[in-house]
Amino acid sequence: MPKRAEKNSDLKLPPELLDLLAGNEEVELEDVEMIIDELQFLFQPGVMPAVQRMVPSLKGKPKSLLDAPFTLPVQKYPAQIVEVTLGATKSEGGSRGRSITVGGEKSPAFYTFENPIPNPPIVSFDVFDSKVPLPKAVKTNFKDVLDDPAAWAKFCVDKYGADMITLHLVSIDPLNDKPSTPAEAAKTVEEILQAVDVPLIVGGCGDPEKDLAVFEKVTAAAAGERLLISTVTLDMDIEKSAKLIKEHGHVALAFSPMDLNQARELNRRLFEFLPKEQIIMDTTTAALGYGLDYAYTIMERARLAGLMGDPELQQPMSSGTTNAWAAREAWQKMDPQWNPRELRGPLWETVTALTLLLAGVDVFMMMHPAAVKTLRSTISKLTAKRGKGDPEKVANWMAAKF
Amino acid sequence: MTERIVKRGMKQLSPIDVYTLLPKTNCKECGEENCIAFATKVVNREVSVDQCPPLLTKKYEKNYMQLKEMLKPAVKEVTVGADDNAVKIGGKLIMYRHEFTYFNPTAIAIDVTDEMSDEELADRVKKTEEFTYTYIGNDLRLQMVAIRSTSSDPDKFKAAVKKVAEKSKLPIILCSSDSAVMESGLMAIPEARPLIYTATKDNWKEMAELALMYKCPLAVSAPNDLNLLRSLVKTLKEYGIEDLVLDPGTFPSEGLADTVNNFTMLRRAACSMDDELVGYPLIGTPIVAWTESASSPTVSAWKEAQVASMLITRFADILILHGTDGWALLPLTVLRQNIYTDPRKPVAVEAGLRTVGSPDENSPVLMTSNFALTYYTVEQDVESADKSAYILVVDSEGTAIDSGVAGRKLTAETVADAIKESKLEEKVKHRKLIIPGKAARISGEIQELSNWEVLVGPRDSSGIPKFLRDKWK
Repeated sequence: MPKRAEKNSDLKLPPELLDLLAGNEEVELEDVEMIIDELQFLFQPGVMPAVQRMVPSLKGKPKSLLDAPFTLPVQKYPAQIVEVTLGATKSEGGSRGRSITVGGEKSPAFYTFENPIPNPPIVSFDVFDSKVPLPKAVKTNFKDVLDDPAAWAKFCVDKYGADMITLHLVSIDPLNDKPSTPAEAAKTVEEILQAVDVPLIVGGCGDPEKDLAVFEKVTAAAAGERLLISTVTLDMDIEKSAKLIKEHGHVALAFSPMDLNQARELNRRLFEFLPKEQIIMDTTTAALGYGLDYAYTIMERARLAGLMGDPELQQPMSSGTTNAWAAREAWQKMDPQWNPRELRGPLWETVTALTLLLAGVDVFMMMHPAAVKTLRSTISKLTAKRGKGDPEKVANWMAAKF
Repeated sequence: MTERIVKRGMKQLSPIDVYTLLPKTNCKECGEENCIAFATKVVNREVSVDQCPPLLTKKYEKNYMQLKEMLKPAVKEVTVGADDNAVKIGGKLIMYRHEFTYFNPTAIAIDVTDEMSDEELADRVKKTEEFTYTYIGNDLRLQMVAIRSTSSDPDKFKAAVKKVAEKSKLPIILCSSDSAVMESGLMAIPEARPLIYTATKDNWKEMAELALMYKCPLAVSAPNDLNLLRSLVKTLKEYGIEDLVLDPGTFPSEGLADTVNNFTMLRRAACSMDDELVGYPLIGTPIVAWTESASSPTVSAWKEAQVASMLITRFADILILHGTDGWALLPLTVLRQNIYTDPRKPVAVEAGLRTVGSPDENSPVLMTSNFALTYYTVEQDVESADKSAYILVVDSEGTAIDSGVAGRKLTAETVADAIKESKLEEKVKHRKLIIPGKAARISGEIQELSNWEVLVGPRDSSGIPKFLRDKWK
């Protein structure tokens, strides 16, 4: 840097300082000029110590590690997510082996540097009360029980340790050839309650009138069991549904089609008849590759808004993660490079679930045992205390042979 | 340079903030009608201020610097590689995608080692380079090759780097903690601007010298120690390194909570707390999953994909992977595409009649919903059928077919109305409507209300070409 040294030499600075500047390739010219100006101004014979004190402040290649600790970026949130309990034990007025509480978050999903996870998210296995088209990869796992919802539910609990079961009453759909009646549907619910002792989610067919008629029977038949009734929507008779759910001690699953304003409106209307502790919301799950980005962002926004104080978005969230199988890449035959689909499919469901887990979902309705297993193990790892990551363990991957 | 304007987020920055600093002459040299239109595009990140010629003159130097500072992203944009094949990473303006949109999708690198046989190395590089999947009009690809020194032999590393560079133009990540090995690798590709992985508390000085000498971006690793990581960044910054990439460590099993928290904390500190020392791209190494004991490679690949997917969602700007299986890479590249899609774009497309090719009075009519993803998928499939056709897009309030039918957003009435409004009866001689298999339940009602014959098509639109071949004669 002879040019700069020349320039500086006009200022008649002490040689040590000149050396420092000359050896410093990284100082911006403007900075140097500014410092020189200041020095010039300050520089008077006989005040050498002052100049020396300034020397360390000049930038140069550091010879040892500089200390710059990280400040945890902790934020305060004015509100928290409501806690909702699903299932009721004998002492709680039902017949379940245990009840499960979800929600209660005080921070965005798994920001455990701020707050611990009050209640880990839970996974429920799907069971259908009549034949539905299922992908082969899923079907093979349940092939012996597909015709018997009670056996199917029991199989999920016994074989896969299911924490919850979702019974989808698809047989009631008025568009079917022979839709089953509300009484028949209630009977199936009772059979499941007999077969397993985990908390239950009961789903309708999506027809607002028929669903309500079925819920009327089901809520009464399973009074006190604290079922999650799936779903209550804006086009239903909300007052009637909410009153049924309240009267018989269940929980409403408030479903809205990927629209935060509708989610708010539905919750607001439910609040008129139901305590907050009896409402979970579902803002719609789209499959990976088929709108997962919208589903993810709506959920993330809902959770952040709830924590920031929006009283209409503070309910725990549920996701119909099985929708992942609507993506053709999850099930269809493809060129050999993408095979086997027996792995591609369950990973598709897994990735959909993991993404929504990070958006804040509390209840997952899922299908493939491998996807469920992965999600559950991820939840337990993320819920664990921080500080377990041992640097030694990852230090050598670069040179490792595998 | 001293006054830092903390107005980077989209919420705070308005077109007026930018306009005030522009020449305000409405000279149109940038191609816009006037300066305010240009300012709006600048705020929306559609154009760079560099496209305003007068601003680049001496007269506006100060304004230019001020604008640059004002528009600087919370996460620095770093370029890996040289020339046309360079990949940009980082450049993030915001933490949550709904606040604006994410730029520069997570770059995915596949590894090779300096002890692999020539065939294996060539095969892995080829797989990386040729990976392509077409997803709603976009080609999903892999971006980089990571070369690891498992031999610790500088000459072997150099030879491996040469081989990769001869076979591929993809940007390279050089992986070794030994600076002598690293230097040897850099000598093989002195102009290629690879990412040097990595500087640690033990080798930072030597790696910094190499980064300066070869003008390369430098990764900084401090597994699960953000104090050390930030200290290293401060030190390296003062050392003169401008382009850094931060590695807080990736723990696939024990310590996963640390990984997710560390990535989250670093990004929040950069975006919300204006901590410039951590405002750099983040690198994740799901490849670590392969060092853990597993019963089979499939288990390792599964675990790797699991961690990688979480890090795509949680802020990783580069990922190094080992698995090359399509079943694992496909969901990851699709997820990346989803997360990096601009959320400001609408979910629904406009309802109405669309054409594929040049349909005539005998062409088939296919009905679908106006959910954007459904529509684009159907459109692509109809195009691949190589037959001119009409697509009747019914307003299902932006829902997909199955949820639209279940939620009564897509009903026989809406379909019958759409037929009427589209004036299809004047356009085709036949009265046959092909509906999606997932809407089969309402086929009878549609037939009744519209007086059109309904043909129930495949449940998935990928079956459309075959359906048209077999059923539309």
